[in-house]
Amino acid sequence: MPSDQPVPVPSRSRNLWRLRPYLRPHIWRLAMMFGSSVIGVGVSLAIPLVSRSVIDGPVNRREIDLLVPLGLLALTLGVTEAGLIFIRRWVQSRAVSGLETALRHDLYVRLQALPMEFHTRWQSGQLLSRVTVDLSTIRRFMGFGLLFLVINILQLIVVTILLLNLYWPLGIVVLAAAVPIIWLSLRFEKRYLAISRRVQDQQGDLATHIEESALGFRVIKAFGRREHVKSQFDDGAVKLYGTSLEKVRLASRFWTFLEVIPNLTLVIVLLLGALAVGNGSVSLGTLVAFITLMLSLIWPVESLGFILAMAQEAMTSADRITEILDTESSIASGLTELENPRGHLRFENVSFRFRPDSPDLLRGIDLDLPPGTTLALVGATGAGKTTLTSLVPRLYDVTGGRVTIDGHDIRDLTLTSLRRAVASAFDDPTLFSMSVRENVTLGRPDATEADVQQALQIAQATFANDLPWGLDTRVGEQGMSLSGGQRQRLALARAVLARPAVLVLDDTLSALDVHTEALVEEALRRVLAGTTGIVVAHRASTVLLADLVALLEDGRITRVGTHHDLLATVPAYRRLLAADDGHEPPDAVRRDRDVAMSRAHDIESGSGDTEEREVHAR
Amino acid sequence: MTTQTTRPSERSGTSPANSTDEPATKAARDWRGVADDDRDELPAKASLVLREHSRRLLGELLRPHRKAIWVLVAIVLVENAARLAVPYLVHLGIDNGIPPIVSGGSSATLIVIVAAVLVAALTQAYARQVFLMRTGRLGQTILLGLRRRVFDHFQRLSPSFHDKYTSGRVISRLTSDVDVIDEMLETGFDGLVTALLTLVGTAVLLLTLDVRLALIALVSFPVLLLITAWFRSRSAVVYRRTRETVALVIVHFVESMTGIRAVQAFRREPRNEEIFDQVNDRYRQANLDSFRLNAIFMPSIKLVGNVTIVAILVYGGWQAYHDQVTVGVLTAFLLYLRQFFEPLQDISQFYNTFQSASAALEKLSGVLAEEPDVPEPLRPATVGTTRGRVTLSGVEFSYVDGVPVLPGLDLDVPAGQTLALVGTTGAGKTTIAKLVARFYDPTGGRVLLDGTDLRDLAEDDLRRRVVMVTQENFLFTGTVADNIRFGRPEASYDEVVEAARVIGAHEFISALPDGYDTPVEKRGSRLSAGQRQLVAFARAFLADPAVLILDEATSSLDIPSERLVQQALRTILADRTAFVIAHRLSTVETADRVIVLEHGRIVEDGAPAGLIHAGGRYATLHTAWVDSLA
Repeated sequence: MPSDQPVPVPSRSRNLWRLRPYLRPHIWRLAMMFGSSVIGVGVSLAIPLVSRSVIDGPVNRREIDLLVPLGLLALTLGVTEAGLIFIRRWVQSRAVSGLETALRHDLYVRLQALPMEFHTRWQSGQLLSRVTVDLSTIRRFMGFGLLFLVINILQLIVVTILLLNLYWPLGIVVLAAAVPIIWLSLRFEKRYLAISRRVQDQQGDLATHIEESALGFRVIKAFGRREHVKSQFDDGAVKLYGTSLEKVRLASRFWTFLEVIPNLTLVIVLLLGALAVGNGSVSLGTLVAFITLMLSLIWPVESLGFILAMAQEAMTSADRITEILDTESSIASGLTELENPRGHLRFENVSFRFRPDSPDLLRGIDLDLPPGTTLALVGATGAGKTTLTSLVPRLYDVTGGRVTIDGHDIRDLTLTSLRRAVASAFDDPTLFSMSVRENVTLGRPDATEADVQQALQIAQATFANDLPWGLDTRVGEQGMSLSGGQRQRLALARAVLARPAVLVLDDTLSALDVHTEALVEEALRRVLAGTTGIVVAHRASTVLLADLVALLEDGRITRVGTHHDLLATVPAYRRLLAADDGHEPPDAVRRDRDVAMSRAHDIESGSGDTEEREVHAR
Repeated sequence: MTTQTTRPSERSGTSPANSTDEPATKAARDWRGVADDDRDELPAKASLVLREHSRRLLGELLRPHRKAIWVLVAIVLVENAARLAVPYLVHLGIDNGIPPIVSGGSSATLIVIVAAVLVAALTQAYARQVFLMRTGRLGQTILLGLRRRVFDHFQRLSPSFHDKYTSGRVISRLTSDVDVIDEMLETGFDGLVTALLTLVGTAVLLLTLDVRLALIALVSFPVLLLITAWFRSRSAVVYRRTRETVALVIVHFVESMTGIRAVQAFRREPRNEEIFDQVNDRYRQANLDSFRLNAIFMPSIKLVGNVTIVAILVYGGWQAYHDQVTVGVLTAFLLYLRQFFEPLQDISQFYNTFQSASAALEKLSGVLAEEPDVPEPLRPATVGTTRGRVTLSGVEFSYVDGVPVLPGLDLDVPAGQTLALVGTTGAGKTTIAKLVARFYDPTGGRVLLDGTDLRDLAEDDLRRRVVMVTQENFLFTGTVADNIRFGRPEASYDEVVEAARVIGAHEFISALPDGYDTPVEKRGSRLSAGQRQLVAFARAFLADPAVLILDEATSSLDIPSERLVQQALRTILADRTAFVIAHRLSTVETADRVIVLEHGRIVEDGAPAGLIHAGGRYATLHTAWVDSLA
């Protein structure tokens, strides 16, 4: 996905520099890495010089005695070079993987602590790319880029000095040839980065098409729009093709250029060098060594461009990471421990807005829920019901007024004790790719098997026992897929199992069929008897769980009363909850609800079984 | 149904804070739970078949470009010849060019040789650029073809395939798998070809330069092969573990972040951190293994290279001393050996790319080998004007063998009738809807539209006549108007507005910042569930089918919107055949006819008013519903 976040003002190397504490535990490893690399460069440069000695000494000057010692020297150098590479890489592997892991850990911990307000602004995909792509960019730079940046510059300097020493006129030729390469590399990398970004963006767009074609497959099928979708995809694919070709063209020109310059330099060096050998100013061995050394410069020069580009990318990545590490959680834990909560929940003149510059979403909310009362929240879509409920566990903080539990402002309570006292079941139930048990015991890891079974019973979620591996079956994205109703019931079991003093149910029963809903409500009624509850409701049947109903309109509580009172006296309420406006159901059919439900039960008995079968069939 | 008695093992009370009892540690192990193994993993036999498929796919992809490939081969041969010629020319320069000058003669030979180096360098550069350009274009063309082909194939496959395969895997086939192949084409192809040619070319040249020296150099070859073979087998294991462990990190991370509300509300953070540390550390270990593998492999190659160079240097020096070998040849040898060992390190770098690319190719070829379960008719029936009569005669259907969902259903829906389907979850309502929309074909019996078997209708003819709206109501990236127009892409703007007006969506759409041109953002996240549903209705209305199927299509509406839609439905459904599935009886009551289903059989059938008074199952449901309103 292309990242739509505004790119933060690059503070260049500063943020990267700030990550240095992560290197501190590996300081000795780093020292060894640099040490072995520097020695390694020296050794690799010495090998051509030994070749020179072999050609000049034993061969040209007929000093054959020197051949074996020189050979042994070269062997020692060769083995040492390999050994040093091994040491550097071995030591480096632990340092960089440790660095990456530590950074990832810290990011994760920070992200978990950041409030909902942060997470609604950031898509998880963008966070993910920070934890994966950006971290490997930094790891690559710290482990490879930074090292070779230093080493290559060192090698460049040393070799140039050596070349100048060997025969300075040729040394100057080489020096002159290096300039255009470095200049071009820098320019190229910039353009290459730009075009690579464009390719990435277009890949992202194409991925969006692909995602939609997969997720919306049934809609496409239902309307027979295959050709339509295909042509859209094709446009994107062709555009990507064009940009990719541009990228290929740019790269092919650059790489060719990089190869042709050293070769042209070689032509000049060979010509001038041969002439110099001819008039005796240089030995043959020196010329051979010169050519070998010169060719050893190609890689350090070539790589300079992409190492610098890598450094730039690492800086950008560091910016993106420190951006998160620098974000302070706006919801801080209080100090008071809430012990043995009774669940007396009060909203006192509460108002709430998402951003300082946006209008109030909730205004002047006053509610008093003594322990054990259940309040139903009713309101049109967008009235602020869900927002109101999420103020209680401090997923968001009020922007005016206060919320209290047992007389404590919830901001004074420790987050742990507050959230232990309040449990919520949300409208879109989140199940993690873990076992059913792990999912259900989320709020109370120490729950006994009996507790778990009881909670499943209450939520009508005992189907979980019949999954292929019982409660050990993995559910969620990476596990067995469950129906919407099944997921809701597990989420409800989770909330019930937490045995909270305050239970928040946000339209938790919407995906259940009438029969199951009735059974769940029946059981919930018992749970709610001893618990303070807030129930967001869209259906009359759910409202009936509550002692009191509050009507939420445009961010205000306009009415509080019993369901029947409000139904009788408030037209706005009737519009929301009565299916046929103004059409009262005839008294004749109004019977005792429980009797009707028990008959419905008889009719629909076995519904659970068939649902089971669907699950297994999948 | 409940089996709680069979699981008496009490998990004694433990919490991370105050106890370290056994269940906590057990939970630490078992948190992931058990699931089917990744379905991409295949038994050996199937993977052999797949390899066969993927080889065929590779052939099919390359065949149209046979000519271009031969041209490329020629170019790459020229390029490598030119490149390998340079050290050889250096040898000639030293051996033949310099002596005349030393002896005070002409420098003509030298100049000819230097000119040859110049020509070789320029030829190589030019050939290289052409090669890079052409392989690049070829690769991208193949990729474009592959993308088109796989995308189209997925869209042709039947819903039953997609049910099993899941959207996540469809997406990763078309994105990450194709990207891996892209990466191979981009870096691997060039690298491999160049490396192989350099290896072979160098070996040949060394042999022509001096057989004895060359033989010494080639002694290193088996050693290198051994090292590379060891590396390849180890690397396969390590690379795979890296992929697996990073996948766990990603899954856990994404789920923690998308589910952050539940995480925070249930104080899940410490436990999550514990789990994250586990997966993070396993990923670190896998990475460490892979780094260390390279830490052994790379210097090993270097060591072999250096020892060989030393051997050549000493033996060559000895030979040169005895004038068996010239200094030029020795120099050329040293230069060639450098070139000889470098690409070996590259090959190992590319190895992982090749491996994952061939795995990706296997998966893609597996998909392309799938046949649609619901095939297009070979000779489609000609269709006249559609009235919309739908007949199910003796229809049987089962998702799994031996568990029939519909054991043999007869149902005749006259043109223009609105039929509501009522029954518990799993009674077969949705199955009937899917059969009428031909998402599936029945396993027995026939589904007829105006007397024509659905299996004989061309896809376009069928979709123009039968449209299904589900609660998924997926919205595509684009504007609101684009999404409504999805029902009939050639519709004019006015027709789009008219459709929205009839459905009752015009009000809220006009209130959006840019009205009908407001982008819906990702999956319509700008709109509420109810609004998305209304857009989906407008889309279906614009498509104007003879048969409309509504499967739980009103479930996410709040009551005021539902009331709006119900009014609209009266207009929309007036002159067409409709199948309506709804939990809410308020929607059902607007139908002409209701059937109550149980285990795939019709148990009650009649007008809603009639059924209410008949005192059967529907009447009971109705009563319960009416009571809930009170």
